[in-house]
Amino acid sequence: MTHAPLFEHAPPGTPVPAVSLRDLTVAYRETPVLWDVDLDIPAGSLTAIIGPNGAGKSTLIKAALGLAPLAAGSVSIFGEPYKEQRDLVGYVPQRGSVDWDFPTNALDVVMMGTYGRLGWIRRPGKAQREVAMRSLEQLGMADFAHRQISQLSGGQQQRVFLARALAQDAELYVMDEPFVGVDATTERAIVDLLRELQARGKTVVCVHHDLESAPDYFDWLVLLNVRIIADGPFAATFTPENLSRTYGGRTHVLGRLDHEAVAREAQEIELRI
Amino acid sequence: MSELLRDLIFDYTLRNVALGSALLGIVSGVLGSYAVLRRQGLLGDTLAHAALPGICIAFLITGSRAQIPLLLGAGIAGWVGTMILLLIVRRTVLSEDAALGIVLSTFFGFGVLLLTFINQRDDANQAGLDKYLFGQAAALIESDVIIFAILGGVALALVLLFYQEFKLLTFDPEFAGSLGFGTTKLSVLLTSLIVVAVVIGLQTVGVVLMAAMLIGPAAAARQWTDRLGVMIVLSAAFGAVAGVVGAVLSFTEERLPTGPTIVLALTVIVFASLAFAPARGLVWEWWRRRQQRRAWALEVARLKAEGHVR
Repeated sequence: MTHAPLFEHAPPGTPVPAVSLRDLTVAYRETPVLWDVDLDIPAGSLTAIIGPNGAGKSTLIKAALGLAPLAAGSVSIFGEPYKEQRDLVGYVPQRGSVDWDFPTNALDVVMMGTYGRLGWIRRPGKAQREVAMRSLEQLGMADFAHRQISQLSGGQQQRVFLARALAQDAELYVMDEPFVGVDATTERAIVDLLRELQARGKTVVCVHHDLESAPDYFDWLVLLNVRIIADGPFAATFTPENLSRTYGGRTHVLGRLDHEAVAREAQEIELRI
Repeated sequence: MSELLRDLIFDYTLRNVALGSALLGIVSGVLGSYAVLRRQGLLGDTLAHAALPGICIAFLITGSRAQIPLLLGAGIAGWVGTMILLLIVRRTVLSEDAALGIVLSTFFGFGVLLLTFINQRDDANQAGLDKYLFGQAAALIESDVIIFAILGGVALALVLLFYQEFKLLTFDPEFAGSLGFGTTKLSVLLTSLIVVAVVIGLQTVGVVLMAAMLIGPAAAARQWTDRLGVMIVLSAAFGAVAGVVGAVLSFTEERLPTGPTIVLALTVIVFASLAFAPARGLVWEWWRRRQQRRAWALEVARLKAEGHVR
């Protein structure tokens, strides 16, 4: 099933952002987790959301998907409220958020990606099964389709989650730390997938924690620490000043921008705070 | 043995008790599967205890022990208990186990208070309400079984209808929410169905042992399979077998109390499953470890013999 992406019909020069947050504030009991966030993520981008622990990265994407209660502000996905755009969004939650000892196999989990389009009560059939199989194949997991999910490695479980999002056949993919704790094969598979999605005109937004790999994987950057610190094209935004403001303001990198040095410094700071 | 089988079919009392217990086993086996997988095993315990004041209040209002108002009271109280539970978890800093404890003890305490009050009144009708504490399956009559069948049938039909949605909710509620399935609504529906199971169980195994009927069959079934559908069917089968075996055993000359006998039969199934189920069972695990140790020892010995290791 294909959907006419709304943003393609927007007049040239004023593309509708894939995600648009206005004055967004989220609080858990008094403490603000996100404060007055204004953010546009361009359609077609590979966006990383980066910030220290407790910066509200996961909350930001949950708020965008209507999974966190908003204290204030609004969310639009391709120019419309999330509720009306659900079918355009694929979601990859953190791998650790579910119990992998659940009695089911990889194929069945991936098929869950088709439930949204199916809607209430309707059962998945042959078509949904084929979609799920193709998604598993794309992530090199076809041989594991009938494997009980607890018997998969961490990386394989992550690929099952990614395949499930692929089965959603979305325009925007939102992923919460897809690279955490995965093996090299899986990391490559994820990177290939991100590039392929972008080549097909899709938008990907990832919460990401690894500053070292980020410049290689993404082309748009959002630096977050409760507030938006900076956002824009990756290279222009990934500056020592911005990173030190994001991670607590104690880096003193002078001269030419050395991505690796910045990354190391920032991670050291993250450990301290 | 054949006499027992004949009684099971033709003896009015035994037939009702066995049928009622089997129905309870099936319904609580199916709904218990979801409760156990959602790590809410003790939810059933809380709901069962919370039902007691409902029974007492229904009795005080109607002044009779007519079945349907009492079960309705139990259901309403159990449901109110659930909503308070959800409210505590959502709105306070307390964790779910604390909330379960609060609802269980408050409602049960209130129930016991009402029970004492009813017992002190000079009312010929009063006797027998305490049977809901430990259950009295032996007193099941045909109309009870019919009520159970209707309630259970509706609950099972809803589980069948929302099978996909309940599976998604149980495995990954966040993802379910992102797809637009109202997770709060689904949770409330699922928990309400557990209340139905509890209502069926109150008369048979009672408030105190109801949790076992929800947790036991599901925990045993999980040992034997890695498929949710199979687990649910197996859980229902275990519940039904425990129900019938318990009912029959309690009808032998010793006249054992039915509810506890059902739970003991269930316990045997649970322990057998924990020990002997392939892949997940303890005996299997022990055997596998032994095989591994053997293979390892053999390998080391071979390497030594070939001079690779000293």
